[in-house]
Amino acid sequence: MMDPCLHCEEMMQPYLDRTLTDEEMAEAEEHLAECEHCRRRYRFEESLRVYVRQAAAEQMPAELRQKLAALRIPLE
Amino acid sequence: MGAEPEEAQRLAVEARDRVRFEEDALALADQVYRVARHLAGSREDAEELVQETYARAFRSWRSFQPGTNLRAWLLRILTNLNIDRGRRQQRAPQMQPLEANDYFLYDRLAGNGDGVSDEERVVERLSQDDIVTALSAVPHDFRDVLVLVDLGDFSYQDAAQILDIPVGTVMSRLHRGRRILKRELAEATLEEAR
Repeated sequence: MMDPCLHCEEMMQPYLDRTLTDEEMAEAEEHLAECEHCRRRYRFEESLRVYVRQAAAEQMPAELRQKLAALRIPLE
Repeated sequence: MGAEPEEAQRLAVEARDRVRFEEDALALADQVYRVARHLAGSREDAEELVQETYARAFRSWRSFQPGTNLRAWLLRILTNLNIDRGRRQQRAPQMQPLEANDYFLYDRLAGNGDGVSDEERVVERLSQDDIVTALSAVPHDFRDVLVLVDLGDFSYQDAAQILDIPVGTVMSRLHRGRRILKRELAEATLEEAR
């Protein structure tokens, strides 16, 4: 049988993507509940996604909004 | 004479639909820019790309099917324009092997042993600059998918349609793109430690 932590690692990204089947989901959760090594890594991977998204989010410059509005085609 | 009021009515309906389309599209501009910022190489490129996208969208608004995903439609125009700009001539996708272990970034940041009690804080060892720089270092083919799915919240199916590639390719590029991003982040932390 495959090393359960290795198996958990393989399921980690699809688990975070919520693309596992219900059965796989239950399997991953069961392992995470009992394995601190994987749980720590799970928490890290989950936080990393949120953190990257926040760090990468850049506000649109206000002038760009005006430029886009100016591109509208005037009513005849 | 009889056809004129009908024609006037048709034009009025069309004008109303067009105004609505333009308003809906403009309401999405923030979200479109946020994705464009990381699809394009720089802030300036992103601004230009978004302007070109909106200019084209306003001209060809009739080809948008009401009730479908307008944000995906706009991003489809944007990614096509981005490709047309010749960025394909840039780096070819790298095929060098990636780390076998998906947790190497965690291991690098958390240090040896599992001594850190709060995993949520481990990520804070990365700066915003580290993340923006690492994202821009991911080769385009992988970055497009990564940005659309992980930053833009598009489904695999939407990303596949936007980029005109199969869903399976979206999944494999996403997997590889995330690994490359983590490797770039790991390298950034190494450089800072030097």
